[in-house]
Amino acid sequence: MSALEVVSTSKIFNQGTAKQVDALVDVNLTVNPGEFVSLIGPSGCGKSTLLRLIANLLEPTSGSVSVNKKTAAQARLDQDYGMAFQQAGLFDWRTVSKNIELPLELKGWDKAKREARAKEMLELVKLPEFADLYPWQLSGGMQQRIAIARALAAHPQLLLMDEPFGALDEMTREYMQGELLRICGETSTTVVFVTHSIPEAVYLSNRVIVMSPRPGRITAVIDVDLGSKRNEDTRAADGFFRSITAVREALRGTHAEHAAANAVRGVEDR
Amino acid sequence: MRRIAYRSSMFVVAIVSVVALWEFYKIVGPQDGGKFFGVSILPRANDTAMPHVWTMLSRYNRPEVRGSDTKIWSVVLSGTLFSLRLSLVGFFMGTTIGVGLAVLMSRFKVVQRGLLPYLVMSQTVPLIALAPLVVSWGGKLEIGSFVWPRWLSASILGTFLAFFPIAVGTLRGLASAPAAAVELMDSYAASWKQTLFKLRFPAAVPFMVPAFKLGASGAVVGVVVAEISTGLKGGIGRLIIEYAREATGDPAKVFTAVFGAAALGITMSGLVALSDVLLMRNRPKETSA
Repeated sequence: MSALEVVSTSKIFNQGTAKQVDALVDVNLTVNPGEFVSLIGPSGCGKSTLLRLIANLLEPTSGSVSVNKKTAAQARLDQDYGMAFQQAGLFDWRTVSKNIELPLELKGWDKAKREARAKEMLELVKLPEFADLYPWQLSGGMQQRIAIARALAAHPQLLLMDEPFGALDEMTREYMQGELLRICGETSTTVVFVTHSIPEAVYLSNRVIVMSPRPGRITAVIDVDLGSKRNEDTRAADGFFRSITAVREALRGTHAEHAAANAVRGVEDR
Repeated sequence: MRRIAYRSSMFVVAIVSVVALWEFYKIVGPQDGGKFFGVSILPRANDTAMPHVWTMLSRYNRPEVRGSDTKIWSVVLSGTLFSLRLSLVGFFMGTTIGVGLAVLMSRFKVVQRGLLPYLVMSQTVPLIALAPLVVSWGGKLEIGSFVWPRWLSASILGTFLAFFPIAVGTLRGLASAPAAAVELMDSYAASWKQTLFKLRFPAAVPFMVPAFKLGASGAVVGVVVAEISTGLKGGIGRLIIEYAREATGDPAKVFTAVFGAAALGITMSGLVALSDVLLMRNRPKETSA
């Protein structure tokens, strides 16, 4: 059984008007339980749109999206997925612990159960002593860990992440990648991860989905074979560099094509 | 603690400087006012126009009228408290209406487009013109056994000035929730009400507090102006016009009432400032981007 299935899905904005944008055209994607999949591609390739279709924050123009064999809309109502964005997006007026409890509160959990779960999540992201602080008292990396704890609080099987480490410095970023792999390993969560960074995509993923713009579509799927146990040594392994090269070449293809199309049409690149 | 000490010392310094400036002008200023090209520009420095500060203060401890037992401070105090009550009623009605309208306008864009221009226009109507109207409408109103008390008209005018800044400030605040946070709530399949109370209102607080400050001073102005223009007995506004009539014989008297009105304004903004401290105590100290 697949954790996630996207079948010949398209998303067209402003259809039939002069401002029509073909954000995604005929996308097919199947993700297996426990798999870590990254979406990578230049700006405007529709990777965030695809993530929002999966999250049911957008409705597809055609095609279908199903999560755990349910429609995306039902999966959202059932809270089958957790979500994390580039900005940690924690609420300033809530303590760290209360931030993690937010999705549970919305589901109507009682106080004792919520607090126990928040405590458990704080242990998972290794920040148990920060429960009663406020988010603005923490560093950016800590805030992002709290955001991940919040996304996983309801124990969803699927985690959707939109460039969650994009605003962090390189050192924090690599540390967070290691932490994310550990957390997902411990909770056996399926992840769909949007990123701009090739090494990040390769280090984290079982599969890297390369996308290209105008119209947004999937142009290559690259399997990364680095085993399930990855650590800092992985970053120096031959397989790591081979996969990086493979992704880079796939991306270069989309970029060259992109540039050529622009040269012909004389369109300004965004 | 040091900030509080610093602030209160600055407050004392400010008051002392105003007093010093007043008395200084009384020494150097022209007794019968200064004229430039036949237009009087400089105020008169004589004791009728500008009584000494100590004359005004000592006036508080003398009887309101000659031969009476009631000292003027107790009259001014009870007038101020009366007006404070009316201002509080006006402020709370203004808050209810203002916040209610803001929620409606943020929920339905149609309401916002249709209503906001009228709200802006409502504030251009001169208060003085409105006051007698409200009193006469109130007098004609009969709802069961409910009899419209005269003071309620003054509170309504306070409401009229208070609700507008509160509605506009709250509306801006409700819209200030970041798009990513709204998307997060959507991803939780949160209802409109849940998003309102768990996200939009908390996010609006930094906008609502200054709006409440404006609303509180608006309520005071509305009530005092209504008291003056409708001659409502018991409040500080009535005392100001009554005492102003005696300005030639007893110039310090009107100032006792004016200070009462100032104290009223300060009390109202003090109450809001207190709520500010309580509501913002766990927020970032400098505003984040």
